[in-house]
Amino acid sequence: MTWWSRNTSSQSRRDLALRWVARASSVLSAAVILLIFLFLLQEAAPALANIGISRFFTDTSWHPLSAQFNLVPMLMGTVLTTLGAVVIATPLGLAAAIYCVYFAPRGLATWYRRLIELMAGIPSVVFGLWGLVKLAPFIGQLGGSGQNLLTAMIVLSLMILPTVMLTTCSSMAAVPPELLRGGAALGLNRWSVVRRIVLPAARGGIGVGILLATARAVGETMAVLMVAGNVVEIPTSLLDPVRTLTANIALEMGYATTAHRSILFASGLLLMGLVACVALVAEVRKRSPHEL
Amino acid sequence: MNSETRNDRLSLSFSRRFGPELATVLTGIPALVVAGMFGWILADILYHGLTQFSWAFLTSAPEDAGRQGGISTILVSTLMILGITLIIVVPVSLATAVELAERRSRSVRFDRLVRRSLDVLAACPSIVFGLFGNAFFCVYLKMGYSILAGGLTLACMVLPLLIRTSEQAIRAVPDEYRHAAASLGLSRWTTLFRIVLPAALPAMAAGLVLSIGRALSETAALIFTSGYVTRSPESLFDSGRAMSVHIYDLAMNVPGGNPRAYATAATLLIVLLVINGIAVRLTRIAGLTLNPSLEKNH
Amino acid sequence: MIQVESLSVFYGERVAVQNATLIAPSGTITAIVGPSGCGKSSFLAALNRMTDLIPGARTEGTVRIHGQNTYGDDISPALLRRSIGMIFQKANPFPLSIRQNLQLALREHGVRQRPELESRTEAALRDVGLWDEVKDRLDQPALRLSGGQQQRLCIARAIILEPRVLLMDEPCSALDPIASAHVESLIQSFKGRYTILIVTHNLAQARRLADHLAVFWYEGEAGRIIEQGNATELFDNPQHPTVAAYLAGQRG
Repeated sequence: MTWWSRNTSSQSRRDLALRWVARASSVLSAAVILLIFLFLLQEAAPALANIGISRFFTDTSWHPLSAQFNLVPMLMGTVLTTLGAVVIATPLGLAAAIYCVYFAPRGLATWYRRLIELMAGIPSVVFGLWGLVKLAPFIGQLGGSGQNLLTAMIVLSLMILPTVMLTTCSSMAAVPPELLRGGAALGLNRWSVVRRIVLPAARGGIGVGILLATARAVGETMAVLMVAGNVVEIPTSLLDPVRTLTANIALEMGYATTAHRSILFASGLLLMGLVACVALVAEVRKRSPHEL
Repeated sequence: MNSETRNDRLSLSFSRRFGPELATVLTGIPALVVAGMFGWILADILYHGLTQFSWAFLTSAPEDAGRQGGISTILVSTLMILGITLIIVVPVSLATAVELAERRSRSVRFDRLVRRSLDVLAACPSIVFGLFGNAFFCVYLKMGYSILAGGLTLACMVLPLLIRTSEQAIRAVPDEYRHAAASLGLSRWTTLFRIVLPAALPAMAAGLVLSIGRALSETAALIFTSGYVTRSPESLFDSGRAMSVHIYDLAMNVPGGNPRAYATAATLLIVLLVINGIAVRLTRIAGLTLNPSLEKNH
Repeated sequence: MIQVESLSVFYGERVAVQNATLIAPSGTITAIVGPSGCGKSSFLAALNRMTDLIPGARTEGTVRIHGQNTYGDDISPALLRRSIGMIFQKANPFPLSIRQNLQLALREHGVRQRPELESRTEAALRDVGLWDEVKDRLDQPALRLSGGQQQRLCIARAIILEPRVLLMDEPCSALDPIASAHVESLIQSFKGRYTILIVTHNLAQARRLADHLAVFWYEGEAGRIIEQGNATELFDNPQHPTVAAYLAGQRG
């Protein structure tokens, strides 16, 4: 045949191997989440089948060793700490991000951004340590031990602030500069440009950032575990201790067996479902404008 | 209509006069608060940690449940766990990133499925990884509480981060190179290993460094997989305590453990600071390596 | 010789090129001219099957290069592209040394002997007039060369594989006038050695270089060849009114 007929040279065999290795790896990568889901489900199955979801709400208390499995205090703990953290972090993060992008001197803004990026990578156990040793005694002056709902909210809000700020910064940076110049050409000053042009245009991205931060708050374990007090009860004030779902797992996994262990896996499954939904919504919303 | 215009003009002139200064203050104060809190945390950990810090702290084993002595065995365990994680996660991530970034026409649906799965994986709380690692690696695969189980659990956790950064790095390589390679009839293998990956290397390294930071920061996923034995592990099947677990245990379960907890936290923090610095530097190098005259023409 | 018969190129639903037929005899230069977006580059890319790399792209019709159907079942696109050099609008040397840029494809092609690699490298660089400029710095990054030098290096990288056909997609349009003139005279010197298809926006350049001219136009939702023929005759006496206006500088 001619000089460019198809052949089975060593190169094309290598290319084939490359394709299959890449394909197999991505199947493996994608399968991890499925594997996690299946194993959680398998471990949680006894609890879901034998005890039933309704008893998680109707049992008189959480005494797993006496077969009392009321998860409501932990659910409330998770909801309240998350809500508090988001309520604190959102306005603070938005304002700080706007300052950083539009009002801070350039040199300061660079350093500020670097600090935030650094904080995004600080281990939660370090936040927890600081919260336990420094913040809790400080809050404790208001009454109690200081290991309570309020402290947990504050530490958690600090942990999600970088997420809120970084996504806000990048969605504000994605606003087309023509729009900004257009605004400036109309004689709008900086603040008006931000309020009338940037914020409306970046709203979607900021919303996604808050969603992701919420997911992070729901799933956070160590920091909350170390500062929330971990008493199983529904809090009636900000200074009452709380226990979240994640802290409950971390505290009891060490000695839990049979039904008790199974329930911890069930609550893990619940967490995973919750966070996965939030994250998927966020991802889909983030991508949709680009896909169209 | 008329009054609306006037209203508009009024609010405009109002914000022109008071806007910028007021806005600077109104956004500047929260920014200051945030920076202040973060500064407090960093300064607190570093100050109280470094006053406890000494060379002996790094080279001696913990004593009296960690209240005395150092963290040498903890460092060994941490490095072994990290080693397992990287050995597993680097090749898998690289190959997956190549699949996602270098696909040609076929199977868009497959790629989307992989991507969505990785998104969910990335969002999973670390305690869920802990549960999974315990059930799968420790119990089902009978590894028990071990370095191996901890490392593999962390590998699952870091996977989406490393895939995403590697994919972005590969995508950032200008298509011009791929076109030139194709027009010369170079195989995919040669194109990838001689041209695309070398060009993407600095950015991929930045992603790898960030992934290492993420792995070192993790606690919740390790408590029930690699465990909390403070002895130096003799094999991959021994339990070993990572630095972050050590901090947690000293602060929560050991009365009088705070000073050593601080010292360990400061050590971890300094490692992470260095890692962060390296990542920033690598990202800058990545920007320079890809010839700026070869931007993508979109 | 290149024989293209009713070639169409589709990107999804969009028709980039419709029913293009063209014959380029061996050793001649065929210039492809026309306004932007009329399918010239797509036409060129379809000839060495670079369109295979674009997701959603599809071609119809036949392309014969030296009698061989390039879309035949037994054709390896990689081997096909090795025998057809392609030069792009933007110079795209690899981020490697000058030497590696030239030798990477040769090695892949099975040339392993050092003396042969070196002699072919020198010959290719001499052919593009780059040898004297770079012979002392072959191991330096190719990206440090000037724009014109980079483009000539890309041409050297293509001809080192000894193709019979060169496809050039506006090779001079990103260069300054002096570098452009340099590359143009290089192309001129290739006449007779290679069968060259060159896309250009520069009508004066087409007139200077081409033996044969094909005018593309966007018409009826697709790019097509509206007139072609001997370059001198077509420039002097175009039949199609649009082509006449275009060549006179009144349209396009």
